[in-house]
Amino acid sequence: MSIKVRIPTPLQKLTQDKEEVSASGKTVAELVTDLEKSYPGIRARLCDEQGKLRRFINIYVNEEDIRFLKGEATPLKEGDEVSIIPAIAGG
Amino acid sequence: MSYIKGLKCRECERRYPKEALYVCEYCFGPLEVEYDYERLKKEVPRSKIERGPKSLWRYRDFLPIDGEPVSGLSSGFTPFLRAENLGRELGVRELYIKDDSVCHPTLSFKDRVVCVALSKAKEFGFDTTACASTGNLANSVAAQSALANFKRFIFIPADLELGKVVASLVYHPTVVAVEGNYDEVNRLCTEIAGKYRWAFVNINIRPYYAEGSKTYGFEIAEQLGWTTPKHIVVPIAGGSLITKIWKSFKEFEKMGYIDTVETKVHAAQAEGCCPVVTALREKSDIIKPVKPKTIAKSLAIGNPADGFYAVKTVRDSGGSGESATDEEIVEAIKLLARTEGIFTETAGGVTVTVAKKLIEKGIIPKNESIVISITGNGLKTQEALEGKIGTPVKIKPSLSAFEEAFREKGVPLPKGNAQLAR
Repeated sequence: MSIKVRIPTPLQKLTQDKEEVSASGKTVAELVTDLEKSYPGIRARLCDEQGKLRRFINIYVNEEDIRFLKGEATPLKEGDEVSIIPAIAGG
Repeated sequence: MSYIKGLKCRECERRYPKEALYVCEYCFGPLEVEYDYERLKKEVPRSKIERGPKSLWRYRDFLPIDGEPVSGLSSGFTPFLRAENLGRELGVRELYIKDDSVCHPTLSFKDRVVCVALSKAKEFGFDTTACASTGNLANSVAAQSALANFKRFIFIPADLELGKVVASLVYHPTVVAVEGNYDEVNRLCTEIAGKYRWAFVNINIRPYYAEGSKTYGFEIAEQLGWTTPKHIVVPIAGGSLITKIWKSFKEFEKMGYIDTVETKVHAAQAEGCCPVVTALREKSDIIKPVKPKTIAKSLAIGNPADGFYAVKTVRDSGGSGESATDEEIVEAIKLLARTEGIFTETAGGVTVTVAKKLIEKGIIPKNESIVISITGNGLKTQEALEGKIGTPVKIKPSLSAFEEAFREKGVPLPKGNAQLAR
């Protein structure tokens, strides 16, 4: 299973400057685990000490904010597109 | 000579140089400008501000630019009015309006943030500016970028009020109308900002841009005679203005310009988009995003970037939050116009409604000083009043037609003051 993940600028140092990477997982949480395998250190940047997504990170599955879906348990399938976006812009 | 030390993460306090950065590389927290308050205290007495220009640039030492401003030279220092008529209507003794509906050049408080952002963008060497906007910011970026010779891209939700679209297009920017709500426009722009080296004022220039909002608070404190009100009602969209007003009061307190700040800051949102007010009501730290549905389009941000800090500001100050329905917003726009002669946009309808409700509930006591924030102009959101205000009395151009029309309506014409000479 391959899911396209768009990586925000602050994390591209961990992905060898790639803006977009492929990863797999049946849920958003699993996807983060898989990203960590390929790009060690990325989990600590996305999640706090308790393992929860940091307050200022928004994750979108096919353009929809996962907080309108099932949060970290949001299911993923082949061909889905995930965006990780800093939550502190706009307004 | 500026007093900027650099940038600092609001969450983990890591420090960064003063560059076009906006997010902490480590924890994704927002970066904020840090000043050298020690030196400010030594070198900037209150009298220096009082001698400054009658614009927001009188507070320049508290703004994050190193060079000369490139736009907005007449922005800010807007009217601060004692609202006797509205105060009587609401049953309160000391009511004020801070009126940014007449801010130069584009009639909203956004002119304050944009002139700081563009001046900084020029320093950084950008040649193209951009923004994600609900309208007012679009107008200001378009206008001020024209003056400062930037190429300009404006991203707006496709369903914006016509007045706000026209008031951007006239300055000849590229306007991109995105089929989606503001939060979707904003998400798209964050991705574009990652790819193109443009100065997105409210994304990669945000730490500098947001500081401009402090001048709204500085002016209130100065215009009130170097003190702060007991209460201020502030509209919440992204949540930045409310945190910066609070910061401005605290900075003046730190400088010794004013006494200890005892202001309670109250958050005002539209009922159809009130994630911050909801978090306050539920006593929660988590801002649950919503899909906005309100006529107050300038406040229709369902996923407010500074929502967390907005909630914190209200709590730290001992304030509260309240919301306004679409009907209440329209009534409040009319009330402000009828009593104070000020035509505000829908966001102003929200703050007037919320002030009224908080007074009625006794949360704002009737004998304490209150400031209502008016941040935009009603001429831009005329759709909101369609069919909800009077219509002209249409007549033929003759005296008899004039009198006949009113006789038919059964409305007696006032005689006027007979003792006045003709």
